[in-house]
Amino acid sequence: MQRDDRVFLMGEEVAVYQGAYKVSKGLLQEFGEMRVVDTPITELGFAGVGVGAAMVGLRPVIEFMTWNFALLAIDQVVNSAAKMLYMSGGQYNMPMVFRGPNGAALQLSAQHSQAWESWLAHIPGLKVVAPGTPYDAKGLLKSAIRDDNPVIVLEGEMLYNTKGEVPDGEEVLVPIGKAEVKREGDHASIITHGKMVLTALQAADQLAKQGINVDVVDLRTIRPIDIDAITTSVRKTNRAVVLEEGWEFCGVGAQVVDYIQRECFDDLDAPVVRVHQADVPMPYAKNLERAAKPDAAKAIAAVKKVMYLE
Amino acid sequence: MATKVVMEALSPTMEEGRLVKWLKNEGDQVKNGETLAEVETDKAIMELVARGEGVLRKRLLPENEAAPVGQLIAVIAGPDENIDALVGGAGGSPATSSPAAAPADVVAKANETAGASPVPRTQVEAQGEASTPPQEKVADAAPTSAPATARPGPGAGATPPQPPSGNGGRTRSSPLARRMASDSGVDLQAVQGSGPGGRIIKRDVEAAVASGPGPATAAAASGPGSRLSLPDSRDVPLTQIRKTIARRLSESIGPIPTFYLTAEFDMERVAEMRTAMAAMGDEYKVSFNDIVLKATATALAQHPEVNAHWLGDKIRYFNRVHLGMAVAIDEGLITPVLFDADRKRMSEISRESRELAKRARERKLKPEEYTGSTFSVSNLGMFGIDQFTAIINPPEVGILAVGALEDKPVVIDGALVARKRMRVTMSCDHRVVDGALGARFLQTLRRLIENPLMLVY
Repeated sequence: MQRDDRVFLMGEEVAVYQGAYKVSKGLLQEFGEMRVVDTPITELGFAGVGVGAAMVGLRPVIEFMTWNFALLAIDQVVNSAAKMLYMSGGQYNMPMVFRGPNGAALQLSAQHSQAWESWLAHIPGLKVVAPGTPYDAKGLLKSAIRDDNPVIVLEGEMLYNTKGEVPDGEEVLVPIGKAEVKREGDHASIITHGKMVLTALQAADQLAKQGINVDVVDLRTIRPIDIDAITTSVRKTNRAVVLEEGWEFCGVGAQVVDYIQRECFDDLDAPVVRVHQADVPMPYAKNLERAAKPDAAKAIAAVKKVMYLE
Repeated sequence: MATKVVMEALSPTMEEGRLVKWLKNEGDQVKNGETLAEVETDKAIMELVARGEGVLRKRLLPENEAAPVGQLIAVIAGPDENIDALVGGAGGSPATSSPAAAPADVVAKANETAGASPVPRTQVEAQGEASTPPQEKVADAAPTSAPATARPGPGAGATPPQPPSGNGGRTRSSPLARRMASDSGVDLQAVQGSGPGGRIIKRDVEAAVASGPGPATAAAASGPGSRLSLPDSRDVPLTQIRKTIARRLSESIGPIPTFYLTAEFDMERVAEMRTAMAAMGDEYKVSFNDIVLKATATALAQHPEVNAHWLGDKIRYFNRVHLGMAVAIDEGLITPVLFDADRKRMSEISRESRELAKRARERKLKPEEYTGSTFSVSNLGMFGIDQFTAIINPPEVGILAVGALEDKPVVIDGALVARKRMRVTMSCDHRVVDGALGARFLQTLRRLIENPLMLVY
């Protein structure tokens, strides 16, 4: 926002309240109410205002308090933002960002515990990023704001508390479309993104104690996906586990598995195993919620399965 | 580029080969695929062919001497190419391709001592096979500089020989395993899969590569192509009762708990049939043995439960009948195979068995012609043996010993009459074949032999 005065933030509770999760803390004080704008509870409305602003050359950042609420605005995201460049014959860029927390937190029940990346990544015209670390969150958000296309930034309520190295005084930019191998190993690949990166790293730590070393490939961007990073890892390890927060059916993992079978068929020593949320609305009860969510233990079991250890 | 000529595994169980005769001299031009030498394997005399083109620059193995599989025995190269490094590597351990692994002076020493035999023969070699006459054994006791003991090769009885592949029970394997097998020349049919459902995975191929040429690398199936929609065999994991039977009975008698079932068949109708056929002309003559083979194959098709292999942790039941027929040869015994014998006509069985026996005696059988049998027949009738017990050829689970045809007094309908009779004794592996099972098989066989028209049914 300091670099480019066309950038502004708009959403529920972003200004006076400093953000429902304090993501916009201090922004109102620094940039004023013209650039940090509180809205009514009208997701479709302010998403549409954002689309209009982008059409006339501003660079809006639209915050949804959670992506569950963005369902109300999905027409603006899918039908307006994603298609404007195409349907205007290239006359209107759509340099805007839709961002907010995605996926389950703790005991928020079925309507407020959903991972939307496969819905959004399904749409041509949208870019979708899902950082798993503070560094990637900063670097990807900045790249998203500077991109001339609509970019979906999927944050995580549970990730707002995580700590990680983010250097001061240097430009932190993470390119869109580039995955990162967060940990190296030869025995199997865990391919994941977003919140599940931490889960994968936990699983990798525990597996290492048993002498099993896994590659953890953090996709970081879901669309456009980094196919090379996936295939390079799978060709090295010959075994893959795809871990994601959302449901199995038509999930991001299904797409990853498709790339693997297409590009790495002759490299596979075992069928790819997916780890994901149970195919049910997220239960509210603590024990059932735990059982429904993917976790490190499930990732470990999957790695052992692709290694024929169980 | 120089081509190394190594002692190849020319039979599935070959550990070493004796060079019978070089067919090319040093300095001769050789083409890819041209025969370089005759090599005696544990079973037969085979041709060793060139795998490259150029001049046969150096022969490293003298005639009548043996070399373990994998040992460098000659070098093919360009006329002026420097082959010192390659020749220096001769005598190195098999499967070592790097000349540096075997320094030249070690090789020189090994060559000097040739004929003096300071190297003890390995157990495998010492046990040998009946195929090498004793006097030759002494002569070829010359050392092979690299004993085969280090190589966990086939032939020690640990790995049951696989039936010839290509006649296709589907082998499950991961794509990676298939690629690795194709890259390293491993025959997947010869690899035991350790993955779910027997899937062959990376570690299995790696193990196969590490253990050297497997038993069934000479894959080519000589049986007719797969015209059956059924798989060739089906594996049945051992049930607890079978495990207990196997363990208890093995404790009692040898590693193969064998029992014997003897039956005497009336051969009058077979004799009549034979006479009638012979009367049609010489080309319709068949031997008693041909009829026994045909009847046995037909009975096996009806009793797949004795047409099986014991594989240690499971029993493989075959849907095809590959009948081994024991043939005495000067050096001992070999069992060529009549593939799909149950589907062959009497004339085919007659012709093929004669041809196989002839080539067995000439030691011209190809490995795929004497491997893969699912059941065997041994006939000593022509030696006037009334009855005998034959030794099961593992992993088969039965063998039929056939005695001589004899005129005997028997009681039929209360009257004493002279009939042609023949005794057969079936040796059964009790781990697979129980008494009643074997008896039912012999019942079927009796019905077929005593009513030979059933063979055309």
